[in-house]
Amino acid sequence: MSIHNKTIAQLSQGLKAGDFSSVELTQHYLDRINVSNLNAFITVTDELAMKQAQAADDKIAKGTGNILTGIPYAHKDIFCTNGVKTSAGSKMLDNFISPYDATVSHKLNQADLVMLGKANMDEFAMGSSNENSYFGDVKNPWNENKIPGGSSGGSAAAVAGRLAPFATGTDTGGSIRQPASLCGITGLKPTYGRVSRYGMIAYASSLDQAGPMTQTAQDAALVLNVMAGFDEKDSTSSERDVEDYTTSLNDSIKGLTIGLPKEFFSEGLDDEVASQVMAAVKELETMGATIKEVSLPNSAYAIPTYYIVAPCECSSNLSRLDGVRYGYRCDDPKDLEDLYLRSRSEGFGEEVKRRIMIGAYALSAGYYDAYYLKAQKTRHLISEDFKKAFKDVDVIMGPVSPTTAFDLGSVKDPVSMYLADIYTLSANLAGLPGMSIPAGFSQNLPVGLQLIGNYWSESKLLNIAHQFQQQTDWHTQTPEEKG
Amino acid sequence: MSLSEEQVGQIAYLARLSLSSDELQSNTKDLNSILSLAEQLAQIDTDNITPMAHPLHMTQRLREDKVTEEDQSESFQEIAPQTGKRHYLVPTVIE
Repeated sequence: MSIHNKTIAQLSQGLKAGDFSSVELTQHYLDRINVSNLNAFITVTDELAMKQAQAADDKIAKGTGNILTGIPYAHKDIFCTNGVKTSAGSKMLDNFISPYDATVSHKLNQADLVMLGKANMDEFAMGSSNENSYFGDVKNPWNENKIPGGSSGGSAAAVAGRLAPFATGTDTGGSIRQPASLCGITGLKPTYGRVSRYGMIAYASSLDQAGPMTQTAQDAALVLNVMAGFDEKDSTSSERDVEDYTTSLNDSIKGLTIGLPKEFFSEGLDDEVASQVMAAVKELETMGATIKEVSLPNSAYAIPTYYIVAPCECSSNLSRLDGVRYGYRCDDPKDLEDLYLRSRSEGFGEEVKRRIMIGAYALSAGYYDAYYLKAQKTRHLISEDFKKAFKDVDVIMGPVSPTTAFDLGSVKDPVSMYLADIYTLSANLAGLPGMSIPAGFSQNLPVGLQLIGNYWSESKLLNIAHQFQQQTDWHTQTPEEKG
Repeated sequence: MSLSEEQVGQIAYLARLSLSSDELQSNTKDLNSILSLAEQLAQIDTDNITPMAHPLHMTQRLREDKVTEEDQSESFQEIAPQTGKRHYLVPTVIE
């Protein structure tokens, strides 16, 4: 097996046994990144990576390392990294060398991980195809004419293309799960508040949540162990204790009740995607799970609800980008207003401007009740639907995305793009944890199975995913072998 | 209800964005189609439903009132477009 096809768990053993060093491993990935066409990275931090790898090797030699010491990774360019450009995929922050570390960045550093670089993404995490990056489209490793999904498209492509053993991602409306699904990897969005948002450039603060993107559920558990935890610097961070997410991976799933929302298998879902998802559910049934139909009657309203709530929060969050303290400033502003107007108009891309305007309108006097307040109420109804469903079932399953990856450049209308987020948005609106795991292929493109759990059920989701991955080999298939 | 180009121009200005006439035209079309999507919300009965501002219904945590931030003004100002005498500089506001 090529070294880059190994999981974190396998690489960790290899490092400990001295089969290879972190320096060798890191160089191997940097070489692969160097010749890759995927455009998965905005910045490759090769010098820093080699330094971190050397330090990790020293620790391993002394026997003071931990399980993740010396493992390389791709870091989504939305996490602030001290001394390294943090662009959020935007021209607005193309010159932003972060003066501090996000809590997630700090935690990954403390765990002796090796950052290969900053992964490409849709501008300010707004997008479902990674076509909204100022730094160019990311290509899907399974077919370079296809989108990798978004907004964590660079992260997903890096892991699927074996340019990194794992990547960080963020998920506001599906941005971990959808690219994970379209690139055939494992992605986990934890419960809102589980991972600190401090230093993670804000898009929609009541929805944003960071998580791991990996080859396997076991790897996701290892990485979540490092990322999760209370942070006093994030006022929405949960004080709840962090479990060791690896301890229940091997539990049996006999007796598990899986809920299939009928609304997730109706009109608009591609037939082949539906049959792959159902085949995966059947597999779990043979492993001892019971299947039950549930209903999430308000889930269809997740799209209008999300596309009001998220733009409102973004219009507020992105008002800080005004060309005064950091980021892009236009040339020769003639007065302060000209500085604001031109810095923002030249610095932001189309989709970001569109969402800022929707938010500004929906929050404005006279429209607030009809849009923002109404959407907040609908959000409550969507969340209540889940509460009811979880009285009867342990986990909810369904598709992640209505189709497999579509052609780059093929969806030009924003609303058509939004509609494809139908299955992922409601977990964010409710704040629930969600996962995507590889569940098959349709015309040589990966199909993901979505798992949505109750609050704080990350261990359960990882357990189910791990058990599924013991019985299937979708997650071990690589684009290289397919090609 | 749909927005006119003039209204979209006004919304853009409120968000401190300026749009070219082409952008104004395309944004008017796009914003109207997004808002017609949002019109679906009107079909839902939300009487007596409280708005959900936080997914876990958490309230803001309080902490002791003491200074915890270090002074990092120098490193923060290093990346600013223009500074002088420890201030951020912008074009003259008051002559």
